Amino acid sequence: MYGKGILKGLGVTLKRFVNTYVDDLKWLGKRYYTAEGLAHRSSKDASGIFTVQYPEEKLPVPEEFRFIPFLVYDETEEGNEIRCTSCGICAKVCPPQCIWIVRTSDPKTGRPVPAPADFTIDADICMNCGLCSEYCPFDAIKMDHDYEIASYGRTVYGLEDLMKPASYYAEIRPINNSIEEAARKAKEEAKAAKAAARAAKAAQ
Amino acid sequence: MENKDLNSPGYEIPDDMQGVVSITTMDRIYNWGRRSSVWPLMFGLACCAIEMICTAASRYDFSRFGMEVMRPSPRQADMMLVSGTVTKKMAPTIVRLYNQMPEPKYVVAMGACASGGGPFKEGYNVVSGVDKLIPVDVYVPGCPPTPQALINGLIKLQELIDTQSIKQVRWYQKGELAAVPIPILGPDLIYQRDIPAIHDAGKEA
Amino acid sequence: MATPIEAPTLDFSSRFPEGVVADERKGFEGYIVDADKLIEFATALRDEFGYDYLSSVTGVDYVAEEMLEVVYHAYKTIGGAGLVYKVQVARDKAEVPSLYDVFPGADFQEREAWDLMGIKFTGHPDLRRILLWEGFDGHPLRKDWQEAYYEADVKPFKSRWPEGNFYRSEEKVDYKANVKYPGNFDPEKWVPEGEDALYGSLAKYEDTDTSGLKTDHITVNLGPQHPSTHGVFRIAATLDGETIMNMKPVMGYLHRNHEKIGERNTYLQNMPFTDRLDYLSSMSNNFGYALAVEKLMNIEVPERAEYIRVLMAELTRVQNHLFAIGMFLNDLGAFFTPSLYAIEERELVLDIFEMVSGSRMMCNYFRFGGLARDLPEGALTMIRGLAFERLPRKVDEMDRFLSDNEILRSRTVGQGYLSAEDAIRYSAAGPMLRASGVPYDIRRADPYSIYDRFDFNVAVRQNGDIFDRYIIRLDEIRESLRIIQQAVEQIPEGPIQTGKPQYQVRVPAGESYGRVEGPKGELGFYVVSDGKANPYRYHVRAPSFINLTAFGPMCQGLKIADVVAVLGSIDIVLGETDR
Repeated sequence: MYGKGILKGLGVTLKRFVNTYVDDLKWLGKRYYTAEGLAHRSSKDASGIFTVQYPEEKLPVPEEFRFIPFLVYDETEEGNEIRCTSCGICAKVCPPQCIWIVRTSDPKTGRPVPAPADFTIDADICMNCGLCSEYCPFDAIKMDHDYEIASYGRTVYGLEDLMKPASYYAEIRPINNSIEEAARKAKEEAKAAKAAARAAKAAQ
Repeated sequence: MENKDLNSPGYEIPDDMQGVVSITTMDRIYNWGRRSSVWPLMFGLACCAIEMICTAASRYDFSRFGMEVMRPSPRQADMMLVSGTVTKKMAPTIVRLYNQMPEPKYVVAMGACASGGGPFKEGYNVVSGVDKLIPVDVYVPGCPPTPQALINGLIKLQELIDTQSIKQVRWYQKGELAAVPIPILGPDLIYQRDIPAIHDAGKEA
Repeated sequence: MATPIEAPTLDFSSRFPEGVVADERKGFEGYIVDADKLIEFATALRDEFGYDYLSSVTGVDYVAEEMLEVVYHAYKTIGGAGLVYKVQVARDKAEVPSLYDVFPGADFQEREAWDLMGIKFTGHPDLRRILLWEGFDGHPLRKDWQEAYYEADVKPFKSRWPEGNFYRSEEKVDYKANVKYPGNFDPEKWVPEGEDALYGSLAKYEDTDTSGLKTDHITVNLGPQHPSTHGVFRIAATLDGETIMNMKPVMGYLHRNHEKIGERNTYLQNMPFTDRLDYLSSMSNNFGYALAVEKLMNIEVPERAEYIRVLMAELTRVQNHLFAIGMFLNDLGAFFTPSLYAIEERELVLDIFEMVSGSRMMCNYFRFGGLARDLPEGALTMIRGLAFERLPRKVDEMDRFLSDNEILRSRTVGQGYLSAEDAIRYSAAGPMLRASGVPYDIRRADPYSIYDRFDFNVAVRQNGDIFDRYIIRLDEIRESLRIIQQAVEQIPEGPIQTGKPQYQVRVPAGESYGRVEGPKGELGFYVVSDGKANPYRYHVRAPSFINLTAFGPMCQGLKIADVVAVLGSIDIVLGETDR
């Protein structure tokens, strides 16, 4: 019969249409604006209305999500200590070359000091690839999760804008942070053990 | 539409008239109408266009903002979403499309490429940002911005519309609005404003 | 690991006593053919030795040797390793005979080599610029050509560190933009070339009008801004009424200089750039590029990484085909419902990509010798849920929804026909080739990675029309899901990277051609290394670009409304077409 295929297709749309009500009823009151409702709508069992009601509810971003990079600083008793040593690996590895770093040098000796005097990221060039954070040996530059940065002008980030505390980093990337913390701790312990061994040797 | 969006502060509505009467200003109602039906031009350039399609699709669904009416014709569009790398070969077309759009018109530069050239900025066929060609209202960074980041930019655009005043907007001022001069494809892209300078440089050489 | 292109045990010395010699440079392979012997050699390869498929044509500028080289990669459609042959010509007199008559698939690739390299192909019937415009100054892929924003030959740039005082490129150049003009250029006396060349070549066709009415033919442009051209693609067509008499695709509106930038980047820096080629399927672009460089570096990939690679590449194929079907239905006029259904499933696949790699579209997930990171917790469960439960159901639903629809059938069955012979001649690849009845799938024909371990069928359809090009994508999704199901079951534990992750890889001098069966077709990366940190030449054999070669001939005689359907069934992505 001519038109059977069309009817079959329309059956599919009808089923989908009915499904939206069935699913709404099943999840009565909990389907929207709740975390489990949102998880359901983005799971393999999702049926019915698929929409995420941004900005009222936001799709949680996964830990690995990357947007624009930021610089991590540790909050210590002596004040904020930036992890960046301005070694320049991120600037070298950056594919579109959007990272500019000015190295600090000691005004007296003229020798380089391990902290950046200036650090600029041109967000209008950055391709969010994450290579800078992947190859940073000091865990100093990391990819941010904050994507709500639309503005009325071009965006260039300076050192001040890029600095964010280590606690923020631990919050957005808990798993990565714990792995890195453990690695750093192991490294420090090994260093301490070595120093102790050396001290013991010297004492002998 | 909730009253709080439309009701103008400063006028007390008596209790028995609550929900029956609204007092507002011309600007508010004018902007409310415009911000709730910003029709984008159906116009995709590159990678970001796919994210724009995803924003229009069911998961992010920008029809919730009155934007689902994507118009293929610039004559019916209010907003140009420049979604992707602007190349020199494409530049004359983009300017022509912009000129064909009726006022009021807005431009959103989506993604790094449209904002400032992006990763391909150094390329010989790439324009460093669409603001070299036409005025841009909102910049959405990211490569590509996720659909939620784009919606964030579109909300920024609505906020921008909210601040405009019917008395001051450029399209109700006296006189003709000048069209943007269309760049020319020569040995390289020629911006018409540069022609005298290029002429002088050619003479010297 | 891909099987390397072995130097086949072919003896050309008896067939070609002179004019054909083996390439003996270290790290290079294949044969060097004299320019005047080229056509004879290519014909013999096709007719006598069975290399009937010309995969890639490209040029390399050896500026130190004052030489331009044209590199041809040929394969057999019955499968097996390929053969490379090259023609070398002097740089200042770069003329090579065109292979257009032997392999029409060389058409666009030769035009591209002319446009970007300035190699003149004598005998080519329509040698115009293809990615840039007529009148552009110079041939940008030549090594001595520099753009306005030129800073240095290779990255990293010295200005970024340690004295990286921020500036914008436009602040440092004349005219405050990425433009430069020849010294004696005067815009006031200059006459623009316009598009005379395009319309001139469009006017060359045989008038088959037998009615004697002598109706006027009109020329119509579709695009570059048009809702059904999949981006910034343009079609220029001459029509008799509504019938296409002649049609030329016009591209380059998204030419982002991928190859020029690629030669300046280090090897690793190119990885995120490959994401932006075919931006719907970044994982499979990563795959092809990683294969090409790994072949040069001669390193192995750990078992687990291979499995994850296959998983990701197949998920990419699934989501790409879903999107392709949705957009194809859009083109046919079924506005939005099918594409919204398809995009819904695609979003769920993108969630996996985002979770695994950090980005929905620009994954940048592969590294030389492995992957950027292991699968996060929960990813395999998600993949399992999609591959075993949701996607098979949804593909069936899609099939039920669309395939029997009478309107779809009447618009597609028997339309836009491409025969098997033509598909091979035009170097069509991927679903387009297989829908014409040629069972050529690189995963089977020349297996790379660990595809030889999986049980799957090469999807083939026999009719070569638009409908078959649609339905074959559903077949391929099903086969991909089978592969994913097997891979999820078999995936072992273990490392995901050979050696330590490095940002500066050591790549020995030589050439390599890595190819994968991307969702759009054969995606090849031709990399020439001179032993330094940056590739000397980096070329992409882009399936979307080469599949378009057959587009014009396929459309002749069709109605203008069907052109859009044919284009939708080819499934192009402009980022890859124009690069």
